[in-house]
Amino acid sequence: MTQLALVIDLNVCVGCHACVTNCKQWNTSGAAGSLVDCNPYEAEPNGTFFNRVQTFEVGTYPNTDTVHFPKSCLHCEDPACVPVCPTGASYKRKEDGIVLVDYDKCIGCKYCSWACPYGVREFDEQRKVMTKCTLCVDRIYDESLPEDRRKPSCVLACPPGARLFGDVHDPESAVSIAIRERGGYTLMPEANTKPANHYLPRRKTTVSVRSDELYRSDNPHKIDGAPFDKNLPPTNEELN
Amino acid sequence: MRPAFSVLFLTTLIGAAQGLFIALFACELLAAESLPSSFFVGGSILVLIMSVLGGISSVFHLGHPERAWRAMTMWRTSWLAREGIALPAFMASVFAYGVSHWLGWGHTLAVGTFAIVIAITLFVCTAMIYGAIKVLKEWAHPMTIVNFIVLGCASGMTLAAAYASFTAPEIAGVLAQAAFWLTILGLITRGVSLWRNATLRPTSTLQTAIGIRHPHIVQKAQGSMGGSYNTREFFHGKSPAFVRGVLLTLILGAFVLPLVLVLMLPLLAFIIQYLGLLAERWYFFAEAQHPQNLYYQGKS
Ligand code: SF4
Ligand code: SF4
Ligand code: SF4
Repeated sequence: MTQLALVIDLNVCVGCHACVTNCKQWNTSGAAGSLVDCNPYEAEPNGTFFNRVQTFEVGTYPNTDTVHFPKSCLHCEDPACVPVCPTGASYKRKEDGIVLVDYDKCIGCKYCSWACPYGVREFDEQRKVMTKCTLCVDRIYDESLPEDRRKPSCVLACPPGARLFGDVHDPESAVSIAIRERGGYTLMPEANTKPANHYLPRRKTTVSVRSDELYRSDNPHKIDGAPFDKNLPPTNEELN
Repeated sequence: MRPAFSVLFLTTLIGAAQGLFIALFACELLAAESLPSSFFVGGSILVLIMSVLGGISSVFHLGHPERAWRAMTMWRTSWLAREGIALPAFMASVFAYGVSHWLGWGHTLAVGTFAIVIAITLFVCTAMIYGAIKVLKEWAHPMTIVNFIVLGCASGMTLAAAYASFTAPEIAGVLAQAAFWLTILGLITRGVSLWRNATLRPTSTLQTAIGIRHPHIVQKAQGSMGGSYNTREFFHGKSPAFVRGVLLTLILGAFVLPLVLVLMLPLLAFIIQYLGLLAERWYFFAEAQHPQNLYYQGKS
């Protein structure tokens, strides 16, 4: 059984919001109608987005980490939003595990958004229906697109490539390997929704420099026979 | 959660309607001979009016009321769909009950028993709409069902006492007594859940929400500047003083004042208790802390 999902690498995301803009652009241009924008040029601009990037500061100054955290529907394997829907408008596709809302059936009761722990469903104030990330179901199977473009808009837009897309049930897929090898985790596991989307944690990226590397023979800055230069950055050994 | 006013009216109106019907049927069981059929017909009309008003107000909650019929389709999984079936079924069976009294068809006990079963089913469905949302720990508890039933019965019984004081004064006193004790019971059961919710420890934290195990995390941006559906729907946006005021209003309005008044002035007691229950339902929403709020704690 296939379960398509996004895997988001928090170690790579730079918080540029390119995924947010491209998601909005793609989904506002689709057949389902535009994603509303209220007061776009006034005070309190707000509107419907399927994907948002939030920013958190972890730690206390000066030892802080700024973590950019993209958040969209996690296409849960046991989605809390689906069984509560009284109309069947919210459903999970058997063939690929994508959770969708049928905008023609939705009565706009908002009950599904109460049941989702993650706050990723947004009621569209113009169309009066519940909306959320579709995993770009209208892109990923579109045979009129070149094969390498059959990916979610947000994935294609991400400049550093922080967003991976694939089948998390296929152990050999790039996303499964990333989850396995880079400590992929899910959000709020205690909610028992078994999110399909995973996040890859921040990693400590340290560069350890040994003196023989700094003064190695092919170092272009090395002048043969010259004495040790105090202006060069200290090596690890000198620091310790 | 932000209290949804149409839902406040819906649940308080149909709760009192169901309670009133249960009171009517109890009257028929215990004192049928001494009561004219007009007492039951009038009572059924009152139940129907309140249920219809509740139904109408619920429609205002929907983005697409014209599709409301669809809300009955997923009764296998959704308590909201089950309520969507149970409410019309309740109205229909109360209608049948009133008509059988009016036309003297007999079998009123059978029809009434059926309607009672539906009334209790409807209580369970309404309460389980909230009780089934596992992430809202304040709601996902059997006390939610207990409170919906007890508070509905208490307000319905107070209304029955008020109704009887005009139409059947000989039983008004007994009904007022019953309303008094049901309101005491409600004070206890709602008190238990108020206390439980005030001392609940949330399961989810900002750490589990974003998966970063650090004791000190501060949100700097939430992906919007002018708010979003998530900031509108899940926060009531009122000051702690206002919320405390509502708590006081609900304790006085739904319990203390009706207890003082019900034996002398049942109609006034019902009006005050109804308003008090609106405050109670407001508080029911406001006290529910949705875990999604963890993602919307700050912006800059
Ligand atoms: S993240 Fe929320 S809306 Fe998306 S599938 Fe899970 S429960 Fe449903
Ligand atoms: S808002 Fe729409 S999708 Fe959500 S529960 Fe109601 S009918 Fe279903
Ligand atoms: S998969 Fe598509 S709909 Fe979902 S967040 Fe990405 S761009 Fe938006």
